[in-house]
Amino acid sequence: MADAAVAPDPLREPWSDLSRQREAATLGMWLFLMSEMLFFGALFMAFSFSRALDPAAFAEAARHAEIAYGAANTAVLVTSSLTITIAVRAADVERGRLAARLLAATAFLGVAFLIIKGFEYRDDLRHHLVPGHDFALGQNATQIFWAFYWAMTGIHAIHLTVGVALVLRLFWLVRRGRISLASPQLEVTSLYWHLVDAFWIVLFPVLYVAVRA
Amino acid sequence: MSAFPIFPREASSFAPKTDALYFTLVAVSGAIALLVFVLIVVFAVRYRRGSSSPRGALPPLISHEFEIGWTTATLFAFLMLFWWAGSNQIYQLLPPAQAMEIHVVAKQWMWKIEHPNGVREINMLHAPIDEPIRLDMTSQDVIHSFSVPDFRIKQDILPGRYVESWFRATKIGTFRLYCTQFCGTAHSGMVGSVVIMSKPDFASWLAAQHPAGDLAGQGRALFTSLGCAGCHTPGGPIHAPDLAGLYGRKVPLSNGAFALVDAAYIRDRILDPQSNPPAGYDPIMPSFKGEVDDGQILALTAYIRSLGSSRGALR
Amino acid sequence: MTDAVVPIDHAEPRAARVAAGSYLDSEGGGLSEWLLATDHKRIALLYALMITAFFFIGGAAATLIRLELISPHGHFLTDDEYNHVFTLHGIIMVWFFLVPLIPATFGNFLLPLMIGAPDVAFPKLNLASWYLTLIGGICVLAAMMLGGVDTGWTFYPPYSTAFSNSNVAVAVVGVIIAGFGTIATGVNFVATTHMLRAPGMTWFRMPLFVWTIYATSLVMILATPVLAITLALVAADRLFGLPVFDGFRGGDPLLFQHLFWFYSHPAVYIMILPAMGVVTEVITCFARRRVFGYAMMVYAVLAIAIIGFTVWGHHMFVSGQSVFANLVFSFLSFIVAVPSAIKVFNWTATLYRGQITFEAPMLYALGFVGLFTIGGLTGLFLASVPIDIQVTGTYFVVAHFHYVMVGGAVSAYFAGLHFWWPKITGRLYPESWARFAAVLMFFGFNFTFFPQFILGYLGMPRRYHEYPPEFQPWNIMSSAGAVVLAAAYLMPLGYLTWACFYGKPAPANPWNAKGLEWWTSSPPPKHNFLRTPVVTEDPYDYHDSDMSPEPQARPVDVARAHG
Ligand code: HEA
Ligand code: HEA
Ligand code: HEC
Ligand code: CUA
Ligand SMILES: [Cu+2]
Repeated sequence: MADAAVAPDPLREPWSDLSRQREAATLGMWLFLMSEMLFFGALFMAFSFSRALDPAAFAEAARHAEIAYGAANTAVLVTSSLTITIAVRAADVERGRLAARLLAATAFLGVAFLIIKGFEYRDDLRHHLVPGHDFALGQNATQIFWAFYWAMTGIHAIHLTVGVALVLRLFWLVRRGRISLASPQLEVTSLYWHLVDAFWIVLFPVLYVAVRA
Repeated sequence: MSAFPIFPREASSFAPKTDALYFTLVAVSGAIALLVFVLIVVFAVRYRRGSSSPRGALPPLISHEFEIGWTTATLFAFLMLFWWAGSNQIYQLLPPAQAMEIHVVAKQWMWKIEHPNGVREINMLHAPIDEPIRLDMTSQDVIHSFSVPDFRIKQDILPGRYVESWFRATKIGTFRLYCTQFCGTAHSGMVGSVVIMSKPDFASWLAAQHPAGDLAGQGRALFTSLGCAGCHTPGGPIHAPDLAGLYGRKVPLSNGAFALVDAAYIRDRILDPQSNPPAGYDPIMPSFKGEVDDGQILALTAYIRSLGSSRGALR
Repeated sequence: MTDAVVPIDHAEPRAARVAAGSYLDSEGGGLSEWLLATDHKRIALLYALMITAFFFIGGAAATLIRLELISPHGHFLTDDEYNHVFTLHGIIMVWFFLVPLIPATFGNFLLPLMIGAPDVAFPKLNLASWYLTLIGGICVLAAMMLGGVDTGWTFYPPYSTAFSNSNVAVAVVGVIIAGFGTIATGVNFVATTHMLRAPGMTWFRMPLFVWTIYATSLVMILATPVLAITLALVAADRLFGLPVFDGFRGGDPLLFQHLFWFYSHPAVYIMILPAMGVVTEVITCFARRRVFGYAMMVYAVLAIAIIGFTVWGHHMFVSGQSVFANLVFSFLSFIVAVPSAIKVFNWTATLYRGQITFEAPMLYALGFVGLFTIGGLTGLFLASVPIDIQVTGTYFVVAHFHYVMVGGAVSAYFAGLHFWWPKITGRLYPESWARFAAVLMFFGFNFTFFPQFILGYLGMPRRYHEYPPEFQPWNIMSSAGAVVLAAAYLMPLGYLTWACFYGKPAPANPWNAKGLEWWTSSPPPKHNFLRTPVVTEDPYDYHDSDMSPEPQARPVDVARAHG
């Protein structure tokens, strides 16, 4: 793949120097990640606060979450973080083809996560675990737990979908040689991906594991 | 009410205290605002461009000390104000021990009031002067807020939860009652009056009403008709707690925490007895959710209280 | 109308003319060149247009409110209509007017100029911010068209989630989208400040306006996401029935209030900090004195931004939160006022021994100091729990926040608008009209909102469309004042539009001011500076002896060389 030859200059306005541009892109992404951390942080705070109001109901409700799906998905996402890390390293050392493959693998794992999640959602729906009148566990705080479950996993899934789209785009650009391997976009996208992964790492114990005890 | 009021009447024991704080703040902040404005005007005139006043740099030492000076001065002023406001607040929070208790149920968009002997009124609250009155309040739908400006009291009322407020009126008259938390279409129609009467007048007013029975008495009837008595009779076949003397106590729960037995706790026990039962009992009490309404819960609560309470002055 | 601003550069009118290379015309003037612009200066103008439109929509709602409140019986609007109107007013004014007001216009235009940069760090993201804000605003207006929203701008559940029959979800989604625009702006500005300062522009040489934009951006980044998730949970309840805040099922409606105010209190500092920055620039220029206590001003800005995150509970004194929490939040609210006090005193002290002139920007800025002081001091009333018990949920609160937001932030915006107008458009505005509008605004404002303090302590609840008749005189006074205020706001619309076409061409530095933005031509060229400026001195180097009315040529007055 003769990508480097046709790849456009990664330098963008208003920068006059690529290393500063990369530094700024990374800084910008970190700022955005700080913002995201407060986004999810507030959600986790709200969850813990609500659980403290009625720990028993939350424990009861959590017993109905399907830990097998959750565990499988954790494995999938952790692997995807690994592949995207290697992809960035590969790009650093100008191994464009390898980087493209690994990006594809990352996107694939992201989609796999979403599919597994879809199966889990289907089971949850069958078991009447959506808050409302025909909710399976009664009209009490178990509904609050499940409200959080849907909100948290849903928001995470949206983030992941965005991530998959970004990674696919990068994959396509890298494959076609439409982007220089020195572009800050690779690193920035991988940072985002790690963040989405990290949120799942927190979500998983909170929703599936900790409150079962 | 005067046609062009500029200041609310002082009609409760809180009013003079709140007003004293208010006037002090008006004076302090008025003085500060005046100081700032006068300085601006004086400087603006004296140092307008081309005036003959002397210019030149300030000695740096002075400017530095000025800054430290006014920063600490404001800090101290603020601390004093906070201290005073805070101590005032603590005073307001303690309802006297033998307060008369009135129940308030707020709903879109009316106030339902119930006196201890079961007399009910809507959007009106009659009460005697010089008597501490505790308001036990709950909402049936959204958040409302109980506000009587002439008494300087206000309290948000949350759905499904009991909140308290209290006052001791010091003036006879009719005072406006407002809902001050936005609650939908007719929020501005959710108003009423508080009528303060002399004690004899109040007694005769009360006697002239047609009570639906004494509240605790209603509760006793419910206690039997709902089947509570089947379990909560000391020495009976089922191991259930004795409710006499329970009100106001702290009871240990099965999860290790302690709970204060108050209206909210009793409500929880009736509606959701399975979660967190008191220590030493099996969670066999059935939930009465859907079977009792808020009025009945108030009656049951009144009955349980009438069985004796260990409620002290401080709680 | 021909009054010109003093001092004008009579010597060289041509050289200072709207140069062929200015950002206004160098890239073409077609619609698509503007709507796809990535130049920070063009984006600033896009924002200014959008914000002006929103201001007049919000202002029209305010007009309806004041019209309705003339009569105690509220015959003009029904109760539901009134609820929709003040909700629209609050949502539009807060999120689509005041939050972006100064950061997105002057921040965008001036931040790169003031630090000597060619643009912001991420120009495309900057444009995306504008679109996000626009789309959010369209959602809110659509919600209005589709039947309206009646929750108040605070969206308290369970009313907003379970009881309101209005279009809450659409409006909430609009606010969330605009919120992402705000976050993007914040990220952009922080990265710009860190990475693009010109050589010699050390942190402690930055103008205070840049400091306030920097602090504001940090608050935007850290507070806005909390609003986004909180409102997302409200939307989730309305759209999918997820009852996170439902008290009847074991949730807690107070949780929403904590989250909402955790954002919304810092948000009020998003509104006021940039305003403080503008006022600092203006006062120091027209007093021709170095800012009194520059370092202290920087620390005060940072302190306000940080402590501002800890006081949210003062909006919940009667909500049922614990006594202890009330005391702590009350205490912290007093503490956060200390740095604001420092700023007020420092502005005053800057005037001391100055060479003061009173052009329109200065009049607006002094008006700001007065109105902000009153608004801030009444904030202390609210921070005292016993007084807040009396006045929360009444017009006292309404008066407090209009004093700080309208009397404060909006006055500061007008100060900045007149101050930088020559730089932005390359034209001078008619000075005596502007002075007249400034004075009218000050008096109209007090006339409108001061009576509301009295109404508030009397107990008149807010969000009421009918009220007891004894309150009518004060309300009539307030509505009459609003007429004056409306006139004062419409005037600049007229004379500034006029100035766009017929105003005298502005020189590069009409005020003889010191910031880097005055080194380049008016209006500036596309990349701001033809050569990167090198900063060698501290900001606000106004010499005491410098009384000369003539603008001084700067060492790097590049545009002239270019022109
Ligand atoms: C720009 C916006 C802005 C700003 C800057 C402020 C600034 C402050 N606000 Fe305000 N506030 C709002 C916007 C703002 N507020 C809004 C929108 C609401 C209502 C929301 C709603 O319910 O819809 C609100 C509501 C609000 C409440 C809740 C009222 C209630 O609903 O019950 C409280 C309570 O503490 C409060 C306090 C304060 C304080 C202490 C400050 C301080 O930061 C002020 C500091 C400034 C000064 C103090 C003045 C200068 C100082 C001096 C000259 C020093 C000398 C003084 C002395 C020594 C005494 N505000
Ligand atoms: C930046 C914020 C901002 C600004 C600028 C304003 C500006 C004004 N506001 Fe507002 N206001 C809020 C923020 C703001 N407000 C908020 C957050 C609330 C709380 C909402 C809630 O409770 O949820 C509120 C609530 C509020 C109320 C209380 C409503 C209630 O609780 O019942 C009132 C009442 O007087 C009021 C009045 C005004 C007035 C007279 C102006 C004036 O300054 C406006 C002057 C401007 C004009 C008048 C524009 C001129 C344009 C025209 C004249 C065009 C007219 C066109 C037609 C009529 C077609 N506002
Ligand atoms: C089937 C038996 C049964 C019935 C009927 C019953 N209870 Fe109970 N109640 C219990 C038991 C057992 C407990 C302790 C364990 C628990 O809370 O579940 C209890 C606990 C309580 C408590 C808390 C006491 C404490 O020490 O903390 C209150 C208050 C109470 N019940 C009130 C009522 C009322 C009012 C009714 C009728 C509306 C009622 N109960 C009906 C069995 C019963
Ligand atoms: Cu009830 Cu407002
Ligand atoms: Cu606040």
